[in-house]
Amino acid sequence: MAINRLTVSMSPHDHGKDSVKKIMYGVVIAMIPALLVSIYYFGFDAKGESFIAIASCVFFEWAIQKFILKGKTTVVDGSAIVTGMLLAFNVPSNLPWWIIIIGSLVAVGIAKMTFGGLGNNPFNPALVGRVFMLISFPVEMTSWPKVSVLNFALTDAQTGATPLAIIKEGVKNGESLSSIMDSLPTSYVDMFLGNMGGSLGEISALALLIGGIFMLSRKIITWHIPVSILGTVAIFTGILYGIDPSKYASPLFHLLTGGLLLGAIFMATDMVTSPMSKMGMLIFGVGIGAITVLIRVWGVYPEGVSFAILIMNAFVPLINKGFKPGRFGEKIKKQ
Amino acid sequence: MEIILNTLISLSILGVVCAVILYVVAQKFKVVEDPRIDESQACLPGANCGGCGYPGCRGFAEACVKADSLDGLFCPAGGNEVMKKVAEVLGMAAVEKDPQIAVVRCNGSHEKRRKTTNYQGPTSCAVSHSLYGGDTDCPYGCLGLGDCVKACTFDAIIIDEESGLPIVDEEKCTSCGACVKACPKAIIEIRDKGKKSRRIYVSCINNDKGAEAKRACDVACIGCGKCAKVCAYDAITIENFLAYIDYEKCKLCRKCVAECPTGSILELNFPPRKETVAQKEAEINEVEK
Amino acid sequence: MLKTFPKGGVHPKENKFSAGKPIEKLELPKQVSIPVSQHLGAPAEPVVAKGDVVKAGQLIAKSTGFVSANIHSSVSGKVAKIDKVLDTTGYKQTCIVIDVEGDEWVDTIDKSVEIKNNTDISADEIRTKVSACGIVGLGGATFPTHVKLSVPAGKTCKYLIINAVECEPYLTSDHQLMMEKGEEILIGSKLIQKAIGAEKVFIGIENNKPDAISHMTELSKKFENIEVNALKVKYPQGGEKQLIKSITKREVPSGGLPIDVGCVVQNVGTAFAVYEAIIKNKPLFERVVTVTGKSVQKPSNILARIGTPIHMLIEAAGGLPEDTGKIVNGGPMMGKAVSSVTVPVTKGTSGILIFPESLADRAETFTCIRCGRCTTVCPMGLEPFQLKNMTAAKMYEELQKERALDCMECGSCVYTCPAGVPLLDYIRLGKANLNKILRAKKS
Repeated sequence: MAINRLTVSMSPHDHGKDSVKKIMYGVVIAMIPALLVSIYYFGFDAKGESFIAIASCVFFEWAIQKFILKGKTTVVDGSAIVTGMLLAFNVPSNLPWWIIIIGSLVAVGIAKMTFGGLGNNPFNPALVGRVFMLISFPVEMTSWPKVSVLNFALTDAQTGATPLAIIKEGVKNGESLSSIMDSLPTSYVDMFLGNMGGSLGEISALALLIGGIFMLSRKIITWHIPVSILGTVAIFTGILYGIDPSKYASPLFHLLTGGLLLGAIFMATDMVTSPMSKMGMLIFGVGIGAITVLIRVWGVYPEGVSFAILIMNAFVPLINKGFKPGRFGEKIKKQ
Repeated sequence: MEIILNTLISLSILGVVCAVILYVVAQKFKVVEDPRIDESQACLPGANCGGCGYPGCRGFAEACVKADSLDGLFCPAGGNEVMKKVAEVLGMAAVEKDPQIAVVRCNGSHEKRRKTTNYQGPTSCAVSHSLYGGDTDCPYGCLGLGDCVKACTFDAIIIDEESGLPIVDEEKCTSCGACVKACPKAIIEIRDKGKKSRRIYVSCINNDKGAEAKRACDVACIGCGKCAKVCAYDAITIENFLAYIDYEKCKLCRKCVAECPTGSILELNFPPRKETVAQKEAEINEVEK
Repeated sequence: MLKTFPKGGVHPKENKFSAGKPIEKLELPKQVSIPVSQHLGAPAEPVVAKGDVVKAGQLIAKSTGFVSANIHSSVSGKVAKIDKVLDTTGYKQTCIVIDVEGDEWVDTIDKSVEIKNNTDISADEIRTKVSACGIVGLGGATFPTHVKLSVPAGKTCKYLIINAVECEPYLTSDHQLMMEKGEEILIGSKLIQKAIGAEKVFIGIENNKPDAISHMTELSKKFENIEVNALKVKYPQGGEKQLIKSITKREVPSGGLPIDVGCVVQNVGTAFAVYEAIIKNKPLFERVVTVTGKSVQKPSNILARIGTPIHMLIEAAGGLPEDTGKIVNGGPMMGKAVSSVTVPVTKGTSGILIFPESLADRAETFTCIRCGRCTTVCPMGLEPFQLKNMTAAKMYEELQKERALDCMECGSCVYTCPAGVPLLDYIRLGKANLNKILRAKKS
């Protein structure tokens, strides 16, 4: 019986449909609603930023793998594209192009490749890039363009601040919260849809939620981390709001502004830098929520999600060690 | 000006205080050791390969100092030179051993031992060995996945791309035995390097019957026994359809190499044989045909 | 709500191409190669020599200890040789090779198909007969059955669970056996129940076999204390510990055996083999094998004699397809890939799967992305990515602490891994090395 050479390998001989590419490209698809909203409100600048970020991330990953590591290039797995898009989402649309290229180099080169590439980095690469840019170029990273619908003019738009920054300034100056809230140019509906100042990806709660639900349905992420982060923020700010509504903003305000939704749905759920067990994920989320509120209310920066996530990333190995899944047959006492 | 002076003074005082603390602690918690351990360790190559059987060069140095004589203690990486130095330091008789080298007893390259199945899995000999006999019809042959290469700390063994077999670098190999332990099929053996680095060995460990072994690999040992018959020094034994040459008895006369019908006995580092007249004639006849 | 196990599990496609196909008897081969080690435990020792004439059902190799099993000839003819032959282990093992002549069976075997019963036989007699007939677990693990039937002193058995789950995709031999020999299986189960002194018998069947569930439920009304349980379709529902947890809610302790929680699990095929041994005096020398695959012309359930080379079964199923890439002995999740079509059918061969080239390749391996899916699906609550890293780093003490020996090698972790990491390859290696170390420590 003439047959081709048989393949011999260990069991199992069947495989599910999942692959790294599917997961990465699923995340990319989930980010498209937010990208479209950002183009709608920020114009061509948004498209430009995203394109530069993605292209430079992919380029740096390819170049480092080919010339410095002299190994296989794995840019096709899509993780560099995801890093690029998330990086772009975290910056104002009027950021000079050379700053975002530096950010990409830090994100891919330092936060990812020096640790060994995909799967080995302890910190979220996009966030490391963003925090680096924030600390090195604070002025450029904190002057946001005023939103103007479908602004395709290539001239610079006027700059304004985010709602959170306005609140921070106002409270520092001793104004009461209600007067600050009245003077805000945006209403809650605006914040939900995206008509507010901020970085590219963080403005539209609706777009981000759509992306999040898409990822949940594709089983790319689970509910544990986003729900625990948002829940913790809501409860913590709710308690503060209950104590003194004139000093602290309402939970809904906190949930809809800043990078909280972006962080909770896309950044904190990054598989490589989040815990492996469900219990660990919940603890992780609670930590992020608590630190975010601490920074927002009592810290110097108006927004604290990036720092909160990076701090909790450092705790992940400890969380993994402490919260292992229950082993089958562990409870020997009962018969 | 005052600031600079204050800084200098306070930092100097701090420095002196720290130095005193460090000195006192170092003296109080000093570990008293035989100074000969340090001296003999200095003679050793420092590779920590484990070939001597002790945990690292320090372990070997300790064992030498503790022992009454250097019998049974040998550093394969350093060889006779290093053992002479250690013997001098410790005032003991030097131990001498014939230099040895790792020998890969399989010559079944891709060309000579054809693949019959397609192995898919991690590039690890240990894993492939636990799955089945290998992707050829010889279950004893080298798998070529490089566990020996990973185990070697001296970069002395590599897998040759063309043949798929490991090649030992004569200069770098220290016969520490790491590759021998790593090979799941026990193909690699530590043998004497031989006079002028010449050695003869049976490059096969196949125990299958002759016909089966030959079907799987062109250069397999079929256990025919011709080599044993022609050896004048009783160096060759045949067991389970496999010949084995005892390197201590072998006198490198090469008669077995010429006699072997499959070419499974290899000779290394010998000058080419002078062709006899008969052989030359046979060659000319072949060409004319 | 269907009963199931709470932790882990995956849902591979069922692909039961051969479901409903009646069991066909395979024609006798010209030569059989019967390995002397077809079971867990010590290999059997041949009691025949070259040239001996044997009959089907005759003892040809004797068990060499408590955890060992007898081997019987599956054909009548002459012993050609006792030699090393390539078998499903991937290596050449000692086999008794018999040239087939005719089909004479040992006189004591009752060849009739009439369903009979024997309620007078004692528990000890059952055990002796099961041992003499070389019965081993036919679910694939091939554990000698008489050992399982001997409840150790100090332990009692409350439940007997008959494993008719057949959770592996493609396989249908147990299913068809239930449809055609349902009553015999129940009689066999009652005999096993007597041998171990259990109070009740459960029969666990996965919900994708509704005809088997209703058929067995109907038949079980003739007997006392037999309950058929439909179970949720989830792999590995047929794993011993998962089955016990689903049906009785008891958890076998880590490192322990089912008898520690008062349960004994037997495969439905084994129950049938026990019936044949006790009632018909027939030793185990043939079994139902599923031959199937996407491009197989005639997926079938074939009754084959032990020792038949598998190419004969493949011929009966329509021949080897042109695009064959891989042949697996067993199910797709835990079965072993074979290197040649000459390997013989053994007591543990539950199926022969033929994969076309398009499905034969493994998933491409990327670096682990720490997604945690392997941990989520592991039915034993282990962390496969951790066990793989520990094996690669040779950290055997940590492997033991992480309970690597609890791993039942079901393959769920590799099935879900998006990065195609060969987790199970390393875990198996780690377990084997760890066992070697532990055995060396003991001695």
